Amino acid sequence: MTETVTIRKRAQPKKRGSWSVYPYLFIAPFFVLFCVFGIYPILFSIVLSFQEWNGAPGAQQFVGLDNYTQLLRDNLFWESMFNTVTIFVMHFPIMMVAGLGLAVILNQNLLRFQGLWRALIFLPQLTSMVAAGITFRLIFEGQSGIANRLIGYFGISPVPWLDDVWWARVAISILLVWAWTGYQMVLFLAALQNIPPELNEAAMVDGANRWQVFWKITLPFLRPVMIFMLTVSVIGTFALYTEPTILTGGGPIHSTTTPTMEISGQAFANLKYGYAASLSYAYFAVVVVATVLQNRLTAWRRS
Amino acid sequence: MTGKISGDNSAVSRANKALLYVIVIGFCAFTTFPFVWMLLASVKPLEEIFGRNFLPINPTFENFKNLFTQMNALRAFFNSALIAVTSTVLSVLFCSLGGFGFSKYNFKGKTFLFSLMIGTMTIPFVVGLVPTFIMMRNWFHWIDTPLPLIVPGLANAFGIYFMRQYMDGVPNELLEAARIDGAGEPTIFWRVVTPVVVPAMASLGIIFFMASWNNFLFPSIVLRSPDNFTLPVMIASLQGSAGRTPYDLMMAGSVLSVIPMLLVFFGLQRYFYAGITAGGVKG
Repeated sequence: MTETVTIRKRAQPKKRGSWSVYPYLFIAPFFVLFCVFGIYPILFSIVLSFQEWNGAPGAQQFVGLDNYTQLLRDNLFWESMFNTVTIFVMHFPIMMVAGLGLAVILNQNLLRFQGLWRALIFLPQLTSMVAAGITFRLIFEGQSGIANRLIGYFGISPVPWLDDVWWARVAISILLVWAWTGYQMVLFLAALQNIPPELNEAAMVDGANRWQVFWKITLPFLRPVMIFMLTVSVIGTFALYTEPTILTGGGPIHSTTTPTMEISGQAFANLKYGYAASLSYAYFAVVVVATVLQNRLTAWRRS
Repeated sequence: MTGKISGDNSAVSRANKALLYVIVIGFCAFTTFPFVWMLLASVKPLEEIFGRNFLPINPTFENFKNLFTQMNALRAFFNSALIAVTSTVLSVLFCSLGGFGFSKYNFKGKTFLFSLMIGTMTIPFVVGLVPTFIMMRNWFHWIDTPLPLIVPGLANAFGIYFMRQYMDGVPNELLEAARIDGAGEPTIFWRVVTPVVVPAMASLGIIFFMASWNNFLFPSIVLRSPDNFTLPVMIASLQGSAGRTPYDLMMAGSVLSVIPMLLVFFGLQRYFYAGITAGGVKG
């Protein structure tokens, strides 16, 4: 008797009702933290963006849309947008082509020590951008920097890397290409592994050459990864902070100041919390619009 | 990519192969050079860092010695390690739990909660930056403590999503068998599922560790006193010091911050790639 009872008791948890509280318990940590550190700040930020506040307790003042109208007339805001777009245009295509090219080469089993090359190209991903930024400052230093000495060997005259509006943006872009190409390459490599080899072989048997295989088979397969990279890079460039802070300090003359630098500067240096909140919403809106446009564009091209 | 394609090698002429080597090695030189430069500069006296010699004339460990005596780098290293290890271990645990809940159970509101969670991934960190800071300061009084750098990220959407993918691959029969043996749900998670998903936990843990170890923006805002600085904050704080920027100390500090990541990487390369690609290929 006792035997059957215990068996029935043991078998009971199979029924859904008796353990249905567990899944909620398991996912609870995320949702509790998310309410406190996710939803609340985002809502608070909306309220804050209609206020003027220097952070002193009780000093909040409702100012309506003032922050937003001020923002539209704020040159620094527009400049930081312009800088972001410029830096994106400068680094993204190079990074993408380099990442793709290296992945295709390293996917072929043609070269020796493939693992080593892959690791070396990936290495910058591990580095703190503070360490990398300072090293690049040294490399791009005007007088004795190794970058100017290297191009000097090719007879090119020294470049004012960090002291010129445009060259500073180039310097940031070089740092970004250095840091992120390995990431792109690893993503491309993983995607290339997913292409069924029979497909390439069949095309080859049908007389397609390597370029045709690449354009007609490989690239369409990589499309989802490329869209993912585009999205991540757009968001990432808007979120850029450490690299310009360390390498150029946002200068010269705000030429490399990014939205995130602008927000943290307004909040933590100028103590304009309300204005900083309105800035962060403006940038968020731009990122959302960019992402939606991009989705539309890719959906349209697919059809 | 074996078989016929590699048998096709003869089609790639020697010249082409040499060209491919030049491209790949050239790019490797570009990615590796800053590390070499950092390492060389870290053993050069300040004047030599701005000198014309590639190799140090008088290699010295003085920079490292000064870093530890003048800057309390040991403390910063310890702070970084404490924050990175604590947040990594706890995050991996909570994300595994969340992934387990979403993968292996059916419950009311599951689809909605999951989409809500995924939706949060698209909100840029910076939107909550100012209010989060105010919360940390006015409510929790956590400014200048490691807590703001550990607690908010403990359960993150990407991690739960990542673990769920992996948990989906764990056969349900395994769980059922344990249930028939009378194991409770927490025991099933801890004794049955966790051992199976260790590789995924390793990949996720590496991503979290790397993100925490290299984090700069939020630490630089919430950490105030030098005794509480993490390594990146300490290195960056030198930049503002009066007079000439002490590149000698900064380079030594950079080497110190890079070495642990390199060790982790070369030890656990496989997990690195697995974690990095999981976000992209599915995303």
